[in-house]
Amino acid sequence: MAYMHIGKDFVPPDVPGKVTGRIKYAEDYTRDGMVYARLLTSPIPHARVLDIDASAALAMDGVVGILTADDVYPDGEPQSTGLKILTNEPTLVGEPILALAAVDEKTAETALAAITVTFERLPFVIDPLDSLAEGGPDAYNGGNTFVFRQGFVQEKWTSDQVASFRAGNEPSAEAPTELSYGDLDASFSDAAFVYENTFTTAGYPHMSMEPRSALAYWEDGKLYLHGGSQSLTAFADGIAGIIGVAKEDLVFVNAATGGGFGQRARAGSVPVYGVPAKLSQKINRPVMMRVTREEEFTIGGARQGFQGWIKLGFRSDGTMAAADLWIVSDNGGKGGGGDAFSATNAISIVYQAEAVRLRGVSIGSNTAHRGAQRGPGENQIAAIVSPILDKAADELGIDRLEIRKVNTPQNGDVGGIQRQPFTSAYMPEALEQTAQLFDWEGRQSRRRQRNGSKITGLGIGQGYHNAGRSGMDGIVMMGADGRLKVHNGVGNLGTYSYASTSRAAAEVLKMPWESCDIVTGRTDLHLPITSPQDGSNSIFTNTRTFWGAAQDMLAKMKEIAASDLGGNADDYDVSNERVHQIVDESVGYSFAQVAQRAMELGGKYTGESELPEDLAEWTQIAVSRLAGSGFMGVYHDPAHSGNPPGFAVTAVEIELDVETGKVEVIDISSVADSGTIVHPQGMKNQLVGGAVWAIGLSVLERHLYDPQNGLPASTGFWQSKIPTYLDAPAKIETGWVDLPDPENPVGARGIGEPAMGSVSAAINAAISDALDGHIFNATPVTTDMIINHVAGISEEWVPLAQNNFRG
Amino acid sequence: MNPKLTRRRFIKGVIASGAAVTTTTMWYVANGQDRPAGYVERLIRINVNGQVRNVDVAPQETLASTLRYKLGLTGTKLGCNRGECGACTVLVDGTATYACSVLTHSVKTGMIETVEGLESANGDLHPVQQAFVESLSPQCGYCTPGQVMAAVALLRTNPNPTREEARQGMSGNLCRCGSYDSYLDGVMRAAEIG
Repeated sequence: MAYMHIGKDFVPPDVPGKVTGRIKYAEDYTRDGMVYARLLTSPIPHARVLDIDASAALAMDGVVGILTADDVYPDGEPQSTGLKILTNEPTLVGEPILALAAVDEKTAETALAAITVTFERLPFVIDPLDSLAEGGPDAYNGGNTFVFRQGFVQEKWTSDQVASFRAGNEPSAEAPTELSYGDLDASFSDAAFVYENTFTTAGYPHMSMEPRSALAYWEDGKLYLHGGSQSLTAFADGIAGIIGVAKEDLVFVNAATGGGFGQRARAGSVPVYGVPAKLSQKINRPVMMRVTREEEFTIGGARQGFQGWIKLGFRSDGTMAAADLWIVSDNGGKGGGGDAFSATNAISIVYQAEAVRLRGVSIGSNTAHRGAQRGPGENQIAAIVSPILDKAADELGIDRLEIRKVNTPQNGDVGGIQRQPFTSAYMPEALEQTAQLFDWEGRQSRRRQRNGSKITGLGIGQGYHNAGRSGMDGIVMMGADGRLKVHNGVGNLGTYSYASTSRAAAEVLKMPWESCDIVTGRTDLHLPITSPQDGSNSIFTNTRTFWGAAQDMLAKMKEIAASDLGGNADDYDVSNERVHQIVDESVGYSFAQVAQRAMELGGKYTGESELPEDLAEWTQIAVSRLAGSGFMGVYHDPAHSGNPPGFAVTAVEIELDVETGKVEVIDISSVADSGTIVHPQGMKNQLVGGAVWAIGLSVLERHLYDPQNGLPASTGFWQSKIPTYLDAPAKIETGWVDLPDPENPVGARGIGEPAMGSVSAAINAAISDALDGHIFNATPVTTDMIINHVAGISEEWVPLAQNNFRG
Repeated sequence: MNPKLTRRRFIKGVIASGAAVTTTTMWYVANGQDRPAGYVERLIRINVNGQVRNVDVAPQETLASTLRYKLGLTGTKLGCNRGECGACTVLVDGTATYACSVLTHSVKTGMIETVEGLESANGDLHPVQQAFVESLSPQCGYCTPGQVMAAVALLRTNPNPTREEARQGMSGNLCRCGSYDSYLDGVMRAAEIG
């Protein structure tokens, strides 16, 4: 289909502000009378606050006030594993206990040092398996896991059961969670090759570049909150509830966000914004809370780590007969996640396994807050499964590309525990395209070639994430100037999807982009609700809503023109910023004129009546405030059917140095199957960004904690090393299938998360390739593990270690 | 002490005269006192983006703090505040420098350039900025000002780098979005149009 905007590059309106430094992040704002909050955080991993003596601090010149958990939760703290604004029951080092405001930060820091907090030390645990063992410490007060509608409970295995698992055996304990489909035993009995082993994947922090600093003040009963988030209206909707302010009384200002990667999508992950909000309310001054890199590490979230057991069965033709998993998920000191479920779903979907079972339990550890991180579950398991798939291929005498082709999902298939059909799936095309882009066949002669201490390895991998939602709202407006204003609540995370999705509205009305404005950046501009910008969903979800809102405006334009100028609405079309008769284009209105007529007519044309049913409360507030101010198109998106998948395929070439253990990624070629490409440059950015993230998952990033004192040892960019320019290849090749999805009006699906999983899968496969098929069953595969393996020493000196060195 | 010489009047007078060093020194002379041991002149003049700015700088104050919180130049970002990420990169006498890790007093005689000083007087973007726009180099954008300044420094010393040289030259700046490939596209494009 020939589009005016879809599939074409453009300059998103915030980009000039990013290269000039003009665009403002939360900490760039100031306010007259502003004071500075500093956090007093827990120095120990698990404790109970018995007493706070702040009298000396409060007597200091320049100190304005403090905020404690007792102020925030006068009726007691919520009993859950969720992060709290402040707490008297810290379960991780760095959890905020209180905040103090002063006229400057130096005074605030000096005053904090004068506060005496009396803690009762409580037992702590760093490794979830140590907590599972009978008699082991529990991370929480009341247990080591949290069950919905039941509360904290203790989950314990016998010491023998834990020891057996650490020794590499299938866990024998009964699983609190069990999900499955198919006849597992029958499918395994069909298998010609079965692989079974334990595995670990490490947790590691999101490490967004922008710490979660925030500014808050109250004016005329309204809370103005400057913060960073992945989402805009969805986040505001949630943070209003956490702070306890009515939705209509919150103005959330968020023009730009310095990274999120899953951790700033939902307000529950960033309750610390409640600190400046509540403190400002208490002391009646604007409050700036600057968050340090160390604080960002401790409350900024992390990926769940896995301690698992996996069994995969393959038939002689290479098809995956069965997959059986037992996963202990690390819930950290706060938060948690459904990574194990997502991981299992991904195996079902990407490899079309005939029978699948997940048994699992989530166990707390007194380590960093856990939550969704780019491809939560799917991306960890992609790196674990891919080398096993290669081993199966080698054992069965099948080419490693071919075994992926025989298992590939495609149009008409179903996948996941819930056996949901895909809206569309072009993984076969992506596999083929990747092989050509990378010259997979031509490079085979380089496999396992040795050059000095370096060995070349090749790997190919696939990534998946569910990539689309529905049920959200859209608003477009037009004033007497005839410009299209897209009210967009998606949020500015850096994917530019807030701009890409707006172009769907421009497409419907055939508007030149220069005649369009995106209204976004703060909620008092009256923005509709969107789904949180996570799960690679935005492009699918919100092209639907803005397409729908523009269709509503288009229909109203035609109605007005037909009523005024004769004929039926169907006799009219739009072009060149006019609505006109199809047979005689001279009969019509300019957009400026039709918007003027809409405002004269009022009622449904200006949002004052006949609104769609089921608009979200947030959207209703926006519409009510916009009503009567201009020509309005408004839309509530119905539910779609099926699973819109985001798929990616990647091939890599690495050099593995057996003397240093370093893995250098030489080449990466990634191809996306994500429907129609809306914004090619944005798509490329997702693919290259995902590739860099994957290098971190595969070989670099992991939490390290001192097991004796429970102190984090990796709080900075250096200790928890994120990939640098020198860890990534100088050039990453990208491509896309670009075939439309039928459940989206412009054919689009998302890509952000699978763009990482496919690369991790490929890198870990390439490492295994370079080491003659050795499988580490771990992420990351670090230099020490490689050196130990090459030296013939077990690389797993602490079997299944979590939050600590494994090798 | 002269009762009319309040701190506020003193600072206002310094700003008005643009003669901080002389005036402060004269205070001690006028009062017959030697400057105390460890004394650091707080009221200094620094050249930022070609403009001389008078500013009150504490002895332990970093250049990033001065730029952001005293001069309102918030384009210089703080990602780690400990010399790990490069988001605060500025140029001091043409050299890419982590503004979080140098004291303002230690560079007060230098020519300081920040991202705000790159556009031409008529508002045209610097070639690096223009190239970064055309290449859609930024993602979240938080590291972008630092990447821009690192690229400017690189291209001044090596106007036509190879991609590998650019990769090495930019490697002091982290990007958590992983947009390195697009930043390198931008650097190479800037070399073309620069």
